[in-house]
Amino acid sequence: MSAPLKPSSLETLPRPSGLAGFAADWASDQRAFKNVSWGKAMMWIFLLSDTFVFGCFLIAYMSARMSTAVPWPNPSEVFALEIGGVHVPLILIAIMTFVLISSSGTMAMAVNYGYRRDRRKTAALMLITALFGATFVGMQAFEWSKLIAEGVRPWGNPWGAAQFGSTFFMITGFHGTHVTIGVIFLLIIARKVWRGDFDTERRGFFTSRKGHYEIVEITGLYWHFVDLVWVFIFAFFYLW
Amino acid sequence: MVDVRSGIGEAVPPAEVEDVELYHPHSWWTRYVFSQDAKVIAIQYATTAIAIGMVALVLSWLMRLQLGFPDTFTFIDADRYYQFITMHGMIMVIYLLTALFLGGFGNYLIPLMVGARDMVFPYANMLSYWIYLLAVLVLAASFFAPGGPTGAGWTLYPPQAILSNTPGGRDWGIILMLSSLVIFIIGFTMGGLNYVVTVLQGRARGMTLMRMPLTVWGIITATVMALLAFPALFVACVMMLFDRLLGTSFFMPAIAEMGEQLQYGGGSPILFQHLFWFFGHPEVYIVALPAFGIVSDLISTHARKNIFGYRMMVWAIVVIGALSFVVWAHHMYVSGMNPYFGFFFATTTLIIAVPTAIKVYNWVLTLWRGDIHLTLPMLFALAFIVTFVNGGLTGLFLGNVVVDVPLSDTMFVVAHFHMVMGVAPILVIFGAIYHWYPKVTGRMLNEALGQLHFWITFLGAYAIFFPMHYLGLAGVPRRYHDLGDASFVTDSVHSLNAFISVAALIVGAAQIVFLFNLAWSLRHGREAGGNPWRATTLEWQTPETPPPHGNWGKELPVVYRWAYDYSVPGAPEDFIPQNQPAPGRVTHEAAS
Repeated sequence: MSAPLKPSSLETLPRPSGLAGFAADWASDQRAFKNVSWGKAMMWIFLLSDTFVFGCFLIAYMSARMSTAVPWPNPSEVFALEIGGVHVPLILIAIMTFVLISSSGTMAMAVNYGYRRDRRKTAALMLITALFGATFVGMQAFEWSKLIAEGVRPWGNPWGAAQFGSTFFMITGFHGTHVTIGVIFLLIIARKVWRGDFDTERRGFFTSRKGHYEIVEITGLYWHFVDLVWVFIFAFFYLW
Repeated sequence: MVDVRSGIGEAVPPAEVEDVELYHPHSWWTRYVFSQDAKVIAIQYATTAIAIGMVALVLSWLMRLQLGFPDTFTFIDADRYYQFITMHGMIMVIYLLTALFLGGFGNYLIPLMVGARDMVFPYANMLSYWIYLLAVLVLAASFFAPGGPTGAGWTLYPPQAILSNTPGGRDWGIILMLSSLVIFIIGFTMGGLNYVVTVLQGRARGMTLMRMPLTVWGIITATVMALLAFPALFVACVMMLFDRLLGTSFFMPAIAEMGEQLQYGGGSPILFQHLFWFFGHPEVYIVALPAFGIVSDLISTHARKNIFGYRMMVWAIVVIGALSFVVWAHHMYVSGMNPYFGFFFATTTLIIAVPTAIKVYNWVLTLWRGDIHLTLPMLFALAFIVTFVNGGLTGLFLGNVVVDVPLSDTMFVVAHFHMVMGVAPILVIFGAIYHWYPKVTGRMLNEALGQLHFWITFLGAYAIFFPMHYLGLAGVPRRYHDLGDASFVTDSVHSLNAFISVAALIVGAAQIVFLFNLAWSLRHGREAGGNPWRATTLEWQTPETPPPHGNWGKELPVVYRWAYDYSVPGAPEDFIPQNQPAPGRVTHEAAS
């Protein structure tokens, strides 16, 4: 995805550190972010844009929740489960959050092994990450069906403000779509790693460019972002 | 006093990135249709944008026919009239201006001006165009859908855009409009990421950010703004689609329609207005900043003088871009939001006048004692300055709450935004096309036809929009299909409306002359050569014209100076290209 770096010429450049280094980089030619490949730069900027999308969704939700004239359903009760006769509030969400945070851990390990060019471990860890992601989406599907069975709809619910169901389905749905896309990307990249595409410099089917192990890290950036967004959704939707 | 420095013999840093391998097209299809070359994509973007723009032009004719000669054209009923204003506004703002400046000029000029072979992700760039085309087709499909396009007004305010018995929400129009916007935003994001990364990470050796032509600065700042502002529109469109299709109540309060209480309740129409204008106001500058950048380069090149205060021009662009995110609610003074907001947003709005005024002064000071060549690009650039100042001054009226409230929803507003973000950027687009057409095709546009086009367009635009200020002050409301016999509507209003309509028909017809010129000059225009305007920027220094795939042949250009070394004392010619290492290195660069 990115033009290969030529580390030799970079290391010979004298680069000041701290604020002076920041100013020197932005005043320099060719690249504002030294050592950052095109692919990684693009992912960061995309994530910035995506932050605004989720930010708008969450702000819209908060404004709806703060201005509602009818009571807002109590999330601790709505998202509680009866396990073995014990009433546990928020248990499913806690497990989902744990699964997703764990997947960030395995993703970080995959990035590490990727840079060591350890094909098998990288691919295996990416698959585990994808599995965690799929588990998360599966549990979300369970949660959705449970709420739908209890009568929650986008246009109304038995307990109070209609916007509860609207924002819940919209925001978790949009986040779940992100996780699903992430799982698909993880599987595609894991297959490429497993096949050794980045060692043999096999060209991409669409772009006809050579791939690099860096794509594992770029996928990781996206994955961690989706994870981080979940933390905010968790805090603002379930804990509020 | 110009501080001309010479003999700064610093070396250009070595290449940090290996030269890219380009995708080589294998067939006619991948060369000209599914092309990954930014220049071909640029022409595809521009052609599509101009084609859908012609639809918007015809719609404006139809509106003017109704306003100027009410009761004459019976096929323009009230519903159709609302559909025409809606589609005219949305097409012009999003599908013409945004797409043409960023997708068209951005794609063509960014790689050439920063000395790159192509955009950094040519495949995503190609997808960007095809998704844009899909968005245009979905939008155009609404003309043929049951009930026709939506008549909600380009701002799509709920609840009327969602209710099923209003011109806005009836039948399929609003669904197609919202879907088209969502598709457009997805496509634009793919292109926008490309433009930003190309400028930040893909420049030539020696091309520092502070040596980039202002055109690139304008386009890139607008792109960053678009990447941060379009998400709000995206979210608003998704939520409104849910309101319409699923029956959610994000934007819908408890409401009755045709005497019947609807299922909606508890939503906030004001929330939509906030989301829409958080996108909508930056959008104004998304189309204005590329125009600012391009016009700076046109003025400098055709006045044979370095741009006055280059650094201030750059910072003014950046500051305008940043400020435009904190002024959105000045579109909402009459919406019923907390009055204290009006105080805050009026203040930030008026502060924008400072960097904008810096730009206007610097353009004028660039012209001052310049060697002004009244070429077509220069004529359009001068027309832009005048028009932008006119439109900007009425912006000061509308930015103040107490003046805005009585003027809200009158023709004064229509006159203001058409002058400042309609006519002014489009004049720059014309100037830019006359300026860069020789690079794109290798031939000059016809001068006589161009003069005809310029004078009719420039004077005609004033004939159309100047009287509208008066109409607005006289109290004529906007978005009225028929003024009827209201007592405040004087005879002069009616005769002015007729005058405006005739002027609009003539100006519209002049654009056909322009399109004919574009087609005719392709074969019969004068051979341009590589650098007909004797300009300094890199796109004029390509080894071949039009530039081939990969732009630069074997060797990438190396940049030794800024983009504005015109009329440097001691230089053999009155311009020094950016890639020319001059012995003794004479330049104006450090002086700015």
